[in-house]
Formats: sequence, structure tokens, C-alpha cells
Amino acid sequence: MSNQAEVIIIGGGIIGCATAYELAKKKISVIVLDKDDSVGNGGSSRNGGGVRQSGRDPRELPLAMYAVEHLWPNLSEELGINVEYHKEGNLRLGKTERHLEILQGLTDRATALGLDVKMIDGKEVREINPYLSDEVIGASWCPTDGHANPLLATLGYYRQARALGVKFYTGEEVVAVKKIKGVARQVITKKNVFEGEKIILASGYESRAIAATVGIDVPMSNELIEALVTEAEPKMFSQMLGTADADFYGHQTDHGSFVFGGASGFEAKNKDNGKMITNSITAPCICRGIMKYIPKLADAKIVRTWAGYEDVCADGIPVISEIDEVPGLILACGFTGHGFGISPIVGQLLAQMAAGEKTTLDMKEFRYDRFRAVI
Amino acid sequence: MSTIHDRTKDLGPYVPQPDDDMLICRCEEVTKGEIRKAVHDGMFTIAEIRRYLRTGMGLCQGQTCAKLVKRIVAQELHCSPDELEPAGSRAPMRPIEMRVFANEAKEGAEHE
Repeated sequence: MSNQAEVIIIGGGIIGCATAYELAKKKISVIVLDKDDSVGNGGSSRNGGGVRQSGRDPRELPLAMYAVEHLWPNLSEELGINVEYHKEGNLRLGKTERHLEILQGLTDRATALGLDVKMIDGKEVREINPYLSDEVIGASWCPTDGHANPLLATLGYYRQARALGVKFYTGEEVVAVKKIKGVARQVITKKNVFEGEKIILASGYESRAIAATVGIDVPMSNELIEALVTEAEPKMFSQMLGTADADFYGHQTDHGSFVFGGASGFEAKNKDNGKMITNSITAPCICRGIMKYIPKLADAKIVRTWAGYEDVCADGIPVISEIDEVPGLILACGFTGHGFGISPIVGQLLAQMAAGEKTTLDMKEFRYDRFRAVI
Repeated sequence: MSTIHDRTKDLGPYVPQPDDDMLICRCEEVTKGEIRKAVHDGMFTIAEIRRYLRTGMGLCQGQTCAKLVKRIVAQELHCSPDELEPAGSRAPMRPIEMRVFANEAKEGAEHE
């Protein structure tokens, strides 16, 4: 077993795997550590697969637009695995005037930054997707949004990084980062000590406790959210769907099954035993939401439900940043449930930071020290 | 270090076997050869195999193939099947129509 590499990545989710792959392409040696037995067992394998630009925070939108324009279209070819990417649009649905106001606000902020997204009425919605109920009176429509398979994208990055010589060790729970002569140098796990010139911390909410060992904190919370999947159905539609109220979101996969995520409204207050367990009230609630929008799915059978944590950052966008007080440490966390769609570009940006190169996009909005008290 | 944790472990080359075409997961039509190749691609846990190939993700939720998959993966990793955790079981334990599942609460005042 090798304990030294130029870069140590803590967290084997899609961010860690994509970064490892991009670094390996630069011929930089990498070790990836994950506390779980399986690679990508957190949000990377549990999200709804959205590759969305619309509805993003304006600070995060440039990353999503770059990924959609330059990276997602070639990702299957690049990774040698079909990541089931579909750039066939996103409908964010509204049923009330209040919904339409929310959607109009999101749309105005995105078009100001150059995104092709517009408001359409109920009739136009049903021309794009005839399965949507008459309750839908309007939507925002972004034709370049889409979806992909998060399981295959995550494992595809892992497979390719591993083939390029990246060393992955799972079951390695990191307890501390240690500075030597003022710079981040060692990663201490429960079983081993690893050493690198750069350390990238990308382990979701768990990043917080690890960052604390070098005196750094990011204000975020850990929310357990849920998703479900139906049996395979005949092909119905190819768009990604969401709603103004965010009561559910989802798409039909290549396999034919529908994957939908949603919330009961109790997410921040539910009993939480630290494991990714589903709550009995959530999936039925998601089903009720879906049936109002897509009545035809009432007879589709739910095969499986699951839960996953999202690391919700205080201001809704991630921290992707070098740390002034801890040279050598790079933090990537707080993706707030929308990390999957931007993961290909985040992997490139983190690899550029670790390699000491100029980043493709301006990263100042993602700094770790941007948080200010309210007054 | 446990077998499944060290992903740098040298498994040797993938050597085709005469029964690689045998269907193991019938719901999702995954063969023994595909499972063996997945291990060589770095998928060392049952959860990873499942996400990579869809074994056990079909209508029976792995009730038929779980043990077979485990044995094949263990053989490929040269470890005991006991070292491999089964994939997580997910509610509902039998496929349920959305309209039935949704009846957990009745439409009414508390749900707009």
C-alpha cells in the first residue's frame, strides 16, 4: 500500500473521482480516501441525476453553463461508459400564480446571465410534454438542460481514474488533517497516515469536522432527503421535470424507470440516527405530488426508495476554495444538493487549483471566507 | 487492509470462462461474465456492482440473484463471500402502485 502521493483527496464521491481523473490526466499522482466501503456511496449515488442550469444561483450558473456547453456532451466518450446524458430540456412547473412569480424571478435572473430559458404557458407545456395535467398553468423552459445517470457517471470517473493509476482506498475514515511547518501535509485516518503536497477535502458534510482539525469552518447543515424509482415503463418523455415549489423533481431513465426525488417538508426536523434511512411518510407524499402533475403514472409501481444526505451550505452554493490559513489545503463542500450537474467542471477546477494553474473560471464567489453575520 | 478496501489490488488479467454467458440477474439480464468484468473494472462491493450493472435492481430486488452475485464477486476477488456486505434492502419490499402507496394519508384538509 502506498501512503504518499502529490495529491491526497478525501472523499470518493463524484467530485473526488472527477478531480482524481483530471489530475491523473495531468500526470499528477493521486490517492483517494473514502470512509465508506463503496466508492460514491453518498449523494453521488443518491441524487436525481439533474444536469440543470435553470434555477441555479447566479453565482453558480457559470459553472453549470460551462459544464453543459463543454463537458457533458463528451463525457460518455471521455469516460468510455454511457453516462446516459440527455440534453433535452428542463420544465419547471407551476400550478398557481405564486408559482409563476417564483419561476419568473428565476428566469429573469438566468436570462440576465445569458441562459436560454423562458416562461411558457400551460398549452406550450403540454406540447412539449403531453402527459402533464391541466393543473399545470405554466413553466420555465430551458431547452439545454437535461439529465444523466449519476451512478454510472460517478463510477465511470472512478474507473477511468483508477485505470490511469489513481490509488483508491475505501474504508479509510479520515480523522484529521495535520500541518507540518505551516502547510497541510498529512491526512490521518483511523488506520493509517497519508502524506501529500496538496490535500483536497471533498467529503460532503463530513468535511466540516475534518476542516475543524485545522481550525477552518463552513456554515452548513446536513439534510436527509429521499428519492424513489418505478419499474420500467414504456418511453413517455425525455425532459427533466421540476416544480416551482420543489415538491418533486425527476425524469425517465434510459432503463425506462422513473426516478423522482421529493420532500415531506419535515426534512430538517426528522429523526436522524446518522444512517441514510427513509421515512415512512416521505415516499407516499412524493407519490401524491407526482400523480397531480402526471396522472398517467398512478399505476406505475414503486420498486425502491432511498435516502441521502445533502450538505446544505448557509448561502446555497458550495465552497470551492484554497485556504489562506492552511496552505496546501483545498476545500470543496456544501454543494447543497446540486453538485452532480456541475461535477465535471468542478473536477477540472479543483485539479487546476491543486496543480497551481490558473482556473478556467473565476472562483471568487466560492471562497471559504465569504460568510458574514446578518448585521 | 480488507480485500474490498484496497482498490490497487492486482487481480490478474480477466480470463474468459465458458459459462460467462450464463444469466445471473434474470430481472435485469446481467451475465456472469459482465459481473466478473465489473470486478476487474474496480467494482469490489456489491453496492458498486449493483450500481454499475443493475444486478438486483429489478422487480425481485435481488431476492433471486444476491447470493450468486456475491459468490462470483468473491471468487474474482479471491476472498470469502463473508467479506462482502449485501446491498441495502429498500422499502417497499414488494413493488407497489403509486396510487396505493400514496394512500398512506388521505387527501384532505391537512394536504392541499
